[in-house]
Amino acid sequence: MQALKKMDRSFRSNLITYGMVLLAWLLVGLASSAGLLSNSLQGQLVPICTYVVLAVSLNLTVGILGELSLGHAGFMSVGAFFGSVLWLCIGGSVPGWIGLVLSMLLGGMVAGLFGLLIGIPVLRLQGDYLAIVTLAFGEIIKNIFNAVYLGIDSRGLHFSMSDSASLGLGADGKVLINGAIGITGITKVSSFTAGIFLVLITLFVVLNLIHSRAGRAIMSIRDNRIAAEATGINVTKYKLMAFITSAVFAGMAGVLYALNMSTVVAKKFDYNTSILVLVFVVLGGMGNIRGSIVAAAALTVLPELLRAMADYRMLIYAVLLIFMMIFNQSPQMLAARERLLGFIRRGKRLAGKKGEV
Amino acid sequence: MKKFLCLALALALALSLAACGGSGSSAPAASTPAAGSTGAGSASGAAIKIGGIGPVTGGAAVYGIAVQNGAQLAVDEINAMGGVQFEFNFQDDEHDAEKAINAYNTLKDWGMQVLMGTVTSTPCIAVVAESSADNIFQLTPSGSAEDCIVPDSAFRVCFSDPEQGTLSADYIADNSLAAKVAVIYDSSDAYSVGIHDAFVAQAKVKGLEIVADEAFTADNKTDFTVQVQKAKDAGAELVFLPIYYNEASLILTQADKSGYKPLFFGCDGLDGLVAVENFDTALAEGVMLMTPFTAAGTDEKTATFVKNFQAAYGEDPNQFAADAYDAIYAIKAAIEKAGVTAEMNASDICDALKGAFTQITVDGLTGSGITWDAGGAPTKTPAVYVIKDGVYVAA
Repeated sequence: MQALKKMDRSFRSNLITYGMVLLAWLLVGLASSAGLLSNSLQGQLVPICTYVVLAVSLNLTVGILGELSLGHAGFMSVGAFFGSVLWLCIGGSVPGWIGLVLSMLLGGMVAGLFGLLIGIPVLRLQGDYLAIVTLAFGEIIKNIFNAVYLGIDSRGLHFSMSDSASLGLGADGKVLINGAIGITGITKVSSFTAGIFLVLITLFVVLNLIHSRAGRAIMSIRDNRIAAEATGINVTKYKLMAFITSAVFAGMAGVLYALNMSTVVAKKFDYNTSILVLVFVVLGGMGNIRGSIVAAAALTVLPELLRAMADYRMLIYAVLLIFMMIFNQSPQMLAARERLLGFIRRGKRLAGKKGEV
Repeated sequence: MKKFLCLALALALALSLAACGGSGSSAPAASTPAAGSTGAGSASGAAIKIGGIGPVTGGAAVYGIAVQNGAQLAVDEINAMGGVQFEFNFQDDEHDAEKAINAYNTLKDWGMQVLMGTVTSTPCIAVVAESSADNIFQLTPSGSAEDCIVPDSAFRVCFSDPEQGTLSADYIADNSLAAKVAVIYDSSDAYSVGIHDAFVAQAKVKGLEIVADEAFTADNKTDFTVQVQKAKDAGAELVFLPIYYNEASLILTQADKSGYKPLFFGCDGLDGLVAVENFDTALAEGVMLMTPFTAAGTDEKTATFVKNFQAAYGEDPNQFAADAYDAIYAIKAAIEKAGVTAEMNASDICDALKGAFTQITVDGLTGSGITWDAGGAPTKTPAVYVIKDGVYVAA
């Protein structure tokens, strides 16, 4: 207990975050082996992990760096497409988990590369340019993947932007990406354990980055760019660092998501998905990593829990969102919560004093 | 205290809104099997649980709702007949693969024994992988992509997209409707691309000349003047439209404005063209479409279905509703053939139905004498209609 108290505050807070994720993994594992887990919840476990990773990584850009990004789903789709193509090519020849790790590495790397390409010109600018450019990026990527045809045969990869017939595949050929139809025939390889691993790795990297020298530099840019620049911080470099890290994990989350289903289409990764992730971040609190985890998990499960409401599902979901937003963010509510907490603490202290007497 | 009052008021408002919605939609509420157990009260003990999945919210909701209504109508009729009893539960998937899997898992928790879904192709491909892993029988009314029925436990009611493209090219060539053909299609839509690719391939075989092959995407589908102009300049006598009716109505209007009057030929997506709001139906005169079903059909079966559908839901059924109606009757026929009972588990039912489905013949709304092969694809004859004086006439 003493050791715990002596610990650095941020270190203790990080341990709580990791513990929370591990506890969730343990509880789900126990419930699953005891047969208590419904099919509905079991099916959502991997998507929950995906959205948690997405929310935590976006929080790095939005909450810690203080730049608005509206194209997170774009990075996710880059990861999803590159990762699933790799998995389709190597799937038969390597064990599942190696394939998953390799796909994630490739997906993350390519997404990071796109992050770099976007970041280099845009992050030099001040203002909302990143929001504008990432918004465009998400739409462009969606339309490109909608028009890409990729096939493989004994002679190698074939690529076309017009239709699958123009790939000119041999008799042993297989279409990997079929334009708007997307990728089909993926063997499921993502699992909840893999998802938890990815969440933990994301948390480890993001939390360590935040509490490092680089992280303090990033936050100083958010708080006051001019002051940061005056103290000799290379603004563009640190901005790029945060943004690319965020893109890499979005790409990895995309791979996890894609390899959990038999099909991926570009349409899934549209503006709405980007905004959905942004909602997780805002609701969980900007810069609050633990909040992002809880918000992403809760808001993914919520629409499914509301299925019993049938036609009113979406109405109730919206109303609940508004209430949560007010409860979490409005200054009055925060003050009220603070008062309530203070009241409880005072009550405890009083009770403690009485005990002493 | 004021805050709590505000909160309470807001809550009351929200609740009253919900209540309003409830009373407002009470007329069709009888038709929306919200909890899905509408017709099941009579014989809940021996009812076979059929699950349905499709979009009832979002952009593709019109198809999901049509399937839900068509299937519910069939279930109600079958339950009223006595004999085999069904319990039907339809879940929303918002036309999204992830949500479709969630819906599928929810139905599994409910105890689904047979799956009638999903309505749209991409979610269908995702769900088929799950249902075949669980060995649950799946019959999709309208999932038309080829990959929808890859596992042997999956069957379909409608034509596949490539089949429609091939059949259309055959029909155009065999009836020598035109020699020079233009195609305008939606390259961001799987349905449209599927038909387009097969059509172009078959056109080559049949000696049709494709003089213009123009694409558009879902993000810019309001202005087609460029595509129309290219088709006109290339001298196409026939424009093939493997797209949905909304975009087709715009193409017809814009072709008319530029004084271009070729023959237009479409697939089942064009069904509904004459009902588009603010569309001059005179422009649709002579448009040909290949579709398995239209509400204007005159045979007794279609007339009865349309009448009952209108009585229940206050609108004309479209092809999706007819597909779903046929799907439920096909499941009934197979269940009777295989002697499946409600006590059997989903996996045993699946094994029994797989065999039975290849032996049954169904006289449905979307074709008479429909049979299935072991691959899951139906065999039926397509019908071509021409729009004359605003109604569909068999060509």
